[in-house]
Amino acid sequence: MDAVVVELEHVCVDFHGERVLDRVDLRIRRGEFVGVIGPNGAGKTTLLRALLGLVRLSCGHVRLFGQDLRRFRDWHRVGYVPQRAVAFETRFPATILEVVLSGRAGRGGVGRRFGPQDRAAAEAALQAAGLWEVRDRLVGQLSVGQQQRVFVARALANEPELLLLDEPTVGVDPEGEERFYELLRHLHRERGTTVVLVSHDVAAVAREVSQLACLNRTLFFHGPPEEALRAGTLERLYGTRSLVVAHRH
Amino acid sequence: MELLQYGFMLRAVGAGLLLALTAPAVGVFVVLRRMSPMADTLAHVALAGVGAAVLLGVSPALGALVLALIGALGVERLRASGQLFGEAALALFLSGGLAVALVLLSLARGVNAGLLGYLFGAVTAVGPQDLVWMAVLAVVVGSSLAIFYKDLFALTFDEEAARVQGVPVEALNVLLTVLVAVTVVVGMRVVGVLLTSALLVIPALTAMRLARSFRATLGLAVAFAAAAVLSGLVASFYLDVAPSGAVVLVSILLFAGASWVAGRH
Repeated sequence: MDAVVVELEHVCVDFHGERVLDRVDLRIRRGEFVGVIGPNGAGKTTLLRALLGLVRLSCGHVRLFGQDLRRFRDWHRVGYVPQRAVAFETRFPATILEVVLSGRAGRGGVGRRFGPQDRAAAEAALQAAGLWEVRDRLVGQLSVGQQQRVFVARALANEPELLLLDEPTVGVDPEGEERFYELLRHLHRERGTTVVLVSHDVAAVAREVSQLACLNRTLFFHGPPEEALRAGTLERLYGTRSLVVAHRH
Repeated sequence: MELLQYGFMLRAVGAGLLLALTAPAVGVFVVLRRMSPMADTLAHVALAGVGAAVLLGVSPALGALVLALIGALGVERLRASGQLFGEAALALFLSGGLAVALVLLSLARGVNAGLLGYLFGAVTAVGPQDLVWMAVLAVVVGSSLAIFYKDLFALTFDEEAARVQGVPVEALNVLLTVLVAVTVVVGMRVVGVLLTSALLVIPALTAMRLARSFRATLGLAVAFAAAAVLSGLVASFYLDVAPSGAVVLVSILLFAGASWVAGRH
């Protein structure tokens, strides 16, 4: 079986005639924990959306699990945690359990009813995310950190092999952030989930991930974080030498 | 009860309850998808169908249904293509529907009283045949919601995440719009074109004030609508006021009560 989970080949994306991603080549292998960093407007979110088929490519190809994106149908293998701000209406009258269960809506086609397997998977996801105790509360009543974990749990309910997260710690307090990274570490180490984390928080990302992808319209570094630090990539990426980068524990 | 001795009142109660079982459940999705203005628009488009049916001498309900469905697909297509601003597209259809209805009905002549019935509802004029097609439409709406519940929930909560999961969001958007169109046709006879969206939206909003889950929201919305229909019809019978107005006013009172209760907790 091919160990390459995500493959972007010469991917370009244009918005209103402006190039947002320019000939990006990126390969992510099974079990990697990849952090995608870059300044604001670098195209980090667009990169995630491109590999999910949510934006039209102007050139290039995307393959997921070795399959061309246009023919890819195994969406249950992919978990996606979008940016909270775009994804969420806090007055939505749904419990955490209902939201997490909805992560399995795509399985088995439309019109199927949730069964015991779906409920067991949702329970496992809630347990993993530390939300089982609050499963019957309305999702809008939670703290921002807890809400982020609800969205991770929704993605986990599908038992994905590839987990994509877009700025998941924005607005989360330091304690919530630490719990959040603990959950990602657990998924990565214990379950072997391939994780792709888009973040503006360079220090946290560099500390957690096994691979860094530095993006500013085009990808100009992809490798272990230590190498990025040595090569001065971050200074080139952000145009500053004042970056504080925490070291691996 | 005295009012149940009258066949027309029994049919009114039956028609009202059929609407109460369907409109609020669709309405919960409509409110959360911010589609409320669409219900109003499709009601006006359905009125054009009534006009066409009267002119052609076919069943007004059939005309309303056909035009509401065509309108639903047209509005959804414009929305999805992003060619027009969402609300502007709706305004185009709403005023267009009303204009066509007025022209067609005036061509048919002598149906002004009928027009008022469709604008403001004529629930006490519901005949046995009306009741049958309303029941059929209500079953179509209710069973569609039951069958596609999990898919519609995923779509409504987070369309993009649903798309990534492989949920067919385009088809479900069309389905939801079609369900709104069908519901509007059911509501037309009961509360009229001008007040149909009230029975989709107000019980849904009332339920959202109190419900502790999505399922409970659907159940409570139906319960509030049924309460509004029953007490509104009773009030209209004894006070001799327009039934549609009474039903919608009771809905608003229930909303105010629920808001007060929610505010105390």
